[in-house]
Amino acid sequence: MNKYTEDDLREELKTKEYEYGFYTDIESDTLPPGLNEDIVRAISKKKNEPEWMTEWRLEAFRGWLEMEEPEWANVIYEKPDFQAISYYSAPNKKPKYDSLDEVDPELLDTFNKLGISIDEQKKLTGVAMDVVVDSVSVATTFKKTLAEKGIVFCSISEAIQEHPELVKKYLGTVVPRTDNFYAALNSAVFSDGSFCYIPKGVHCPMELSTYFRINQAGTGQFERTLVIADEGSYVSYLEGCTAPSRDENQLHAAVVELIALDDAEIKYSTVQNWFPGNAKGEGGVFNFVTKRGICHDRSKISWTQVETGSAVTWKYPSCVLKGNDSVGEFYSIAVTNNYQQADTGTKMIHLGKNTRSTIISKGISAGKSQNSYRGLVKVNSRAENARNFSQCDSLLMGNECGAHTFPYIEANNKSAQIEHEATTSKIGEDQIFYCNQRGIDTEKAIALIVNGFSKEVLNKLPMEFAVEAQKLLEISLEGSVG
Amino acid sequence: MLRINNLHAGVEGKSILKGIDLEIKPGEIHAIMGPNGSGKSTLASVVAGKEEYEISEGEIFYEGEDIEELSVEERAHKGIFMSFQYPVEIPGVTVTNFIKTAINETRKAQGKKEMPANEMLKMLRDKSEMLDIDRKFLSRSLNEGFSGGEKKRNEIFQMAMLEPKLAILDETDSGLDIDALKIVANGVNILRSESNAVLVITHYQRLLDYIIPDYVHVLMDGKIVKSGGKELAHELEEKGYDWIKDEVSV
Repeated sequence: MNKYTEDDLREELKTKEYEYGFYTDIESDTLPPGLNEDIVRAISKKKNEPEWMTEWRLEAFRGWLEMEEPEWANVIYEKPDFQAISYYSAPNKKPKYDSLDEVDPELLDTFNKLGISIDEQKKLTGVAMDVVVDSVSVATTFKKTLAEKGIVFCSISEAIQEHPELVKKYLGTVVPRTDNFYAALNSAVFSDGSFCYIPKGVHCPMELSTYFRINQAGTGQFERTLVIADEGSYVSYLEGCTAPSRDENQLHAAVVELIALDDAEIKYSTVQNWFPGNAKGEGGVFNFVTKRGICHDRSKISWTQVETGSAVTWKYPSCVLKGNDSVGEFYSIAVTNNYQQADTGTKMIHLGKNTRSTIISKGISAGKSQNSYRGLVKVNSRAENARNFSQCDSLLMGNECGAHTFPYIEANNKSAQIEHEATTSKIGEDQIFYCNQRGIDTEKAIALIVNGFSKEVLNKLPMEFAVEAQKLLEISLEGSVG
Repeated sequence: MLRINNLHAGVEGKSILKGIDLEIKPGEIHAIMGPNGSGKSTLASVVAGKEEYEISEGEIFYEGEDIEELSVEERAHKGIFMSFQYPVEIPGVTVTNFIKTAINETRKAQGKKEMPANEMLKMLRDKSEMLDIDRKFLSRSLNEGFSGGEKKRNEIFQMAMLEPKLAILDETDSGLDIDALKIVANGVNILRSESNAVLVITHYQRLLDYIIPDYVHVLMDGKIVKSGGKELAHELEEKGYDWIKDEVSV
């Protein structure tokens, strides 16, 4: 029978170019490659930072020098040469724009290619965007509406200038500068990122959204995000990323810190679609991210992530449940294809009494990829009545990929209740045949099955993000079936 | 509607069908009966176009067209439906979503626009009522945690929604109690028309008490060894398959 076979599918997948593989030529203001104290000072100076910030960075840099790159993750890659990276690159036409008309048309074109029309976003979704292209914010919208509520949503650089007391008080308190190798590096050289403060009792009326992009050849991106939800406030924050394709590996080491004060709630959603490398496993982004939130009394932090991109991912959005009756949640979909490697999961640290955490992880592996879930549930001796529920499901496509689960549990209090469930399944030929028989072709069938598998997590995403995420899942897995 | 000439087919080099001839006209119901391992399900799969089966000889014509080169979904788009003996589970995909996808993919292939949502809803309501299906059932994950009877009823429901020209029911009666059997049979009878045809594949005669066939064929060792009217089914029920075996070998 002349049928579209698995081999055809594989072939198509190999030749499928990265959909967002284009490169925008915007003149950039770039520092020479290399890393030393002078470079750290230069970054700080370029950003016109106060003395305390420069010192903060330098201390992080000194800490970093003493540290070694971690090797415990279930990933194999050629370590980046940190002296070959340029640590700062900013679009040239720098001043902030009041309207989109002033933004570099080429940049707008980039967004159009991505299907992100800022105009449309503004009108249709009510999403305020702090757009980060290569490290410096170029457009901020809806700031006025937010300002009326006392909400601060700006770039971290701006926050350092305008709200130094908040930055000083919270920066590095959840992810200390010496937390790990990449967090230390980020602390020393972070170029920009987002800052958000929701005042007491304020329910943020819109989803806050930032689109990150890596744009300049050979520049790593080191974003720093700090979200502070003051007592009794609520915010939903969206982070989505795509990157142009590139031959050499690009390093990305972000740090995100969330602070939920008493009775506050933070919902942090990510869609990550950086260049995963080509079918031979060449190129692609290294994504070594530290994300952590701290929950005070009765507060809640919810992480939702859809990870489809990057060649190597190392990422564990975590919650420190310090306050009594606080809640931590982690919902994740991680898709790997071709030679992608992902080692991702979460840490739920139960310190307070009656703390609860939920972990739902969905790993989808195709091609020759490796997909690992690594999670820690830790219950402190004083955390009475802590509860955790974890569910880790893996879906395999084909016979050459791998799915791994590394759950760690440390319970130091007898009242703890911890549940862990794990399943592994494979998209079967019988499922495909069944769908085909009902008139659904193989591509569509896979999309349907994968969406069904991921549903519990997709449902956690804000509406407009869920649609984008669903599309991404389909794109990432096109033509992979076993 | 369906014409099968001297069909030889097998899987992994093992030959299963050894020269099948069958003609089904619009409006007719044919039943294929036979002992386990006689090739009944293979015949259904080959007509549906399952890849792993190799046709070594013979032809299958559907509405005058040789369909050997057509993919499974292309055949489905042309109106061939097969009710599965073991319907698969698709966790997280609701019955409604699955059927909607199936209908719209078929319409797309036929160059039609997607079915408007209100039309889809009305159709879902009408057909579920017709088949006595609880509406709650429609928002459950496809076949996940369904009882045997629910799975089969869901197959017939999909058939009702997709409105095929040729429906092949592969052992639809297996695992059904008598009430479920009646509901399934009733569904098939309601959907029966002058322009469509049904091929019922079964081991037992009891389904044929409710779906009355025009023709009954006995399949043994990959060949149709005897054909007749509905009374042949009763004869088989009474005497089992052995007497035919004896008759054939004589």
